[in-house]
Amino acid sequence: MNDRVMKSYRFREEREADWQALDRIVTRAEKRGVKRLSDEDMLALPRLYRQAVSSLSMARSISLDQNLLAYLETLCARAYFFVYGTRASMGARIAQYFRRDWPDAVSRAVLPTLLAALCLFGGGLLAFILTLQDPEWFWTFNSGWDSRNPDAGYDYLRSTLYTEETNIADMLGAFAAQLFSHNSTIAVTAFALGFCLGIPTTILLIYNGLSIGSFMAVFFSKGLGAELTGWLFIHGVTELFAIVLAGAAGFMIGGAVAFPGKKTRIQSLRDTGNQAALVIMGAVIMLFLAALLEGFGRQLINNDMTRYTIAIGTLIFWLAYFYWPRRTDEAV
Amino acid sequence: MARRKGKKDSQAIEARREALRRRDMRVKEQERQARRIRPLVTPEGAALNLRVATASERAGAFLLDFSILVITVIAFSWLVAIVFSEMGFRGWQIAGSIAAVVVFLLRVFYFTFFEIGRKAATPGKRALGLRVAARNGGRLTANAVLARNFMRELEVFLPLTLLVMGSEDAVGAWTRLLALVWAATFVLFPLFNSEKLRVGDLIAGTMVIHAPRVKLKKDITSAEPLATAGNHTFTHEELDAYGIHELHVLEDVLRQSTSEIKAKVADRIRNKIGREASPTSDDLAFLEAYYAALRARLEQRMLFGDRKADKFDTR
Repeated sequence: MNDRVMKSYRFREEREADWQALDRIVTRAEKRGVKRLSDEDMLALPRLYRQAVSSLSMARSISLDQNLLAYLETLCARAYFFVYGTRASMGARIAQYFRRDWPDAVSRAVLPTLLAALCLFGGGLLAFILTLQDPEWFWTFNSGWDSRNPDAGYDYLRSTLYTEETNIADMLGAFAAQLFSHNSTIAVTAFALGFCLGIPTTILLIYNGLSIGSFMAVFFSKGLGAELTGWLFIHGVTELFAIVLAGAAGFMIGGAVAFPGKKTRIQSLRDTGNQAALVIMGAVIMLFLAALLEGFGRQLINNDMTRYTIAIGTLIFWLAYFYWPRRTDEAV
Repeated sequence: MARRKGKKDSQAIEARREALRRRDMRVKEQERQARRIRPLVTPEGAALNLRVATASERAGAFLLDFSILVITVIAFSWLVAIVFSEMGFRGWQIAGSIAAVVVFLLRVFYFTFFEIGRKAATPGKRALGLRVAARNGGRLTANAVLARNFMRELEVFLPLTLLVMGSEDAVGAWTRLLALVWAATFVLFPLFNSEKLRVGDLIAGTMVIHAPRVKLKKDITSAEPLATAGNHTFTHEELDAYGIHELHVLEDVLRQSTSEIKAKVADRIRNKIGREASPTSDDLAFLEAYYAALRARLEQRMLFGDRKADKFDTR
């Protein structure tokens, strides 16, 4: 026997071809997806995977070849993530999100949603009443940069509600500005700061409510209430709903940290975090739709009736979509 | 004469002390590396050693991704501006709006899209051999990816906004400073826990691991025996001069260093085991033969439950 040929080398020689085969299959799957694997590959995969894993444990105890160990270690990890990874395609996942996951997650979070709505609309109502009684309150809730303040006249305020001439560049600009508006920042921040026991979320929601409420009071005091409501709620229903849901997601996480129950805090945070992510993802989609409505819808539609119809229509749509009882699919 | 001997002794003591100091450093480094390993027991009952990515690897991956995002946005809006200007339209205004939409979409979907994908890594992560994995070893769900990436808003975009934001007076400046400190606790969060978790990882139950692809190279012992290799045989005493650490260093030398380094290493080994370099001998053949013999010896000892960690490990 050639004394250069040792046990660990023979071990490698016997199994190397199988490792390479597994490597090829996993590489192909990573590059082009599971669907591109042939039937033989799919049949061979479980056997090759189990063999590689057992080779790894064996190699650890008999071989001192660094390169071999590192190779097996990463090969097994890659194969593990592939074999036990998820198989659904991106399209199927997106479909499932809209069909089931999103409304489920929202309808299960009724309490946080009500709490967030209370903060937002409570703040709004408070500021509305205060500013109606004494317009000076407006300056407490808003800084001075907005020209639509209690000092503005009826005609000016009215002119801000309707658009005479529209062109695509302006609409696109309004749409883009809306994406980065104050409100969408508030929504995402309300979620992200939720885990500080929900306190920053509460403050943000109330603060946002205050500025909306005082803003509305300015128009109402000038007798432009009905016109403003149409102008605001054509996209506002969707947008404020999104803010409420984002706040609800923040409260879910805050609640998971504050009251973990029997789980550890980390565990509770993780479980709730995954649910809250579904809600916030939906809120971002709603903000996007709201931006479309504001950028295009509001510039094109200058009729109060139509604006109200769209506002009420969207409200009914969202409520039905989220809370309409639906058959639970046991199979999935 | 005696003085000269004393000098030589003190030199030898000095060298030994230095060697031991280096060994201590190496052992400490190994312990540090070992702390990065998170064992994951697969359903088959085998343990995979996953390595947690270091904070610097993650920062590097993020910077890569961020540069990709910035370049994409700039290139895209430039293209749109040129196209619309050619058509006699208000090119830059449109480009500005479209750029804003692109920024929004990329900001929300770039990381999520790639991490939900098959490789569970963004291009930046892939370049550094990183990937996202569930902390409990289970499946990485789409929800977890969504959750970890929405927290990015807090960890990246909020501090960025604060940095860009100006302040007019002293009060504004102080508020801004406090806000920056508050934001910094999130940015620096990964430095203060053993798994280098971001706040997003904490909420999503994920971690980022370092699992680069490794190519299986030829076994050194399998190389066709060189013509002169047969001449080298080693006694057990000669092989017991070194341990596993030295074997691994020798493997690295054989796999990836220059011939000058190989010659130097061969000289040191000959010195250590007390062999004369014969003028006809080939350094590479000598090293390969010694590697094979040393590995065979150490593997054999390992099978009997005796791991000789390094040359200082004498039992």
